[in-house]
Amino acid sequence: MSQSKKDETIKLIPGGITGPKTTIVNKTGSWRTFIPIFNKEKCNKCGICGIFCPEDCITEDEEGHRHPDYDFCKGCGICAEECPKDAIEMILDSKEG
Amino acid sequence: MSSVQLFAPGHTACAGCGMPIAIKLILEGSGKDTIVVSPTGCLEVTTTRYPQSAWGVPWIHSLFENAAAVASGVERTLKVLKRDANVIVIGGDGATVDIGIGALSGMFERGHNVTYICYDNEAYMNTGVQRSSSTPYGASTTTSPAGKLSFGEDRPKKDLPAIAAAHGVPYVATASIGYPKDVINKVKKAKEIVGPKYIHVLAPCPTGWRFDGEKTIKMAKLAVETGLFPVYEMEDGVITKVKKIKDRKPVDEYLKLQGRYKHLFKDDFKDQVKKIQEIADKNAEKFGLDR
Repeated sequence: MSQSKKDETIKLIPGGITGPKTTIVNKTGSWRTFIPIFNKEKCNKCGICGIFCPEDCITEDEEGHRHPDYDFCKGCGICAEECPKDAIEMILDSKEG
Repeated sequence: MSSVQLFAPGHTACAGCGMPIAIKLILEGSGKDTIVVSPTGCLEVTTTRYPQSAWGVPWIHSLFENAAAVASGVERTLKVLKRDANVIVIGGDGATVDIGIGALSGMFERGHNVTYICYDNEAYMNTGVQRSSSTPYGASTTTSPAGKLSFGEDRPKKDLPAIAAAHGVPYVATASIGYPKDVINKVKKAKEIVGPKYIHVLAPCPTGWRFDGEKTIKMAKLAVETGLFPVYEMEDGVITKVKKIKDRKPVDEYLKLQGRYKHLFKDDFKDQVKKIQEIADKNAEKFGLDR
């Protein structure tokens, strides 16, 4: 191997550098056994579900209602447990395919 | 979800983990102009699985033992460059109370303008629930296993907030993720104080404590409501604020819900529950918890 070719093949990267918030490619929703179902009628728009969601995957719509992103929700059930209005129900999830 | 999300989903923490909840709250308090240093631990392996990162702020991984030293360097570099950022360390209890305590003591002593935040899940959870010096009395872990002759961990939890205060650190606080506004406010307050700051945040671990993931916030509250995890603030070594508890709950309400304390409810070890109650009573007396 010539010297010049050697130089081309050896490249040192100083540590591992990654882009911000790139974990969004991991669709952790596939981990889920139970799925939270949000009941709009019972919801008082307090937002406690979103504060405690470990995935931070609950968003608010214009009316103030909350919606979990099932792509990331691991089905831990904290939102349902902490909801003061019992507006979230955990049911057995079913997956296709 | 806050308006600017600084911590993305897709991280691989267990379902119901208390740690990402703590991180969300810490970043809510510290804001976007923050540089985070994290030692080895659950936080590192679940949020920065190469080549991805959940972080929306600059984040650097140190070794297990030197996060406080790396943060000291970051702070000093910013000073030389005449740039401003909120430098914080977020590390687990293993990295903080055991492995990194030397570097942490140095950071306190040199007086760096850094907020060191420990998320305390009370054992080395990432490697399979080995005891740390933050593991509470009576808890069974893989290296303090309960058995015929052993009731689990036989030493009390190390009081790191007191060790921090003994360094003359201007701001020391404890918090629990069961009280989110309190966590955010304490991080905000620390940001305004120049010098080293220490915040100890309880973050329950469903895997290591052995309870169902949906009960994480309940556990974080019960630890405080029983007096086992006092929530307070210390400024210049003096306790300035304590979270008072109305009708303090007996410790078995907290212990019974966790697999790591299951053995304490067998006849052989019943006295140990009394001893844990004594720890809570002592905390109540020391911090004036009862309202």
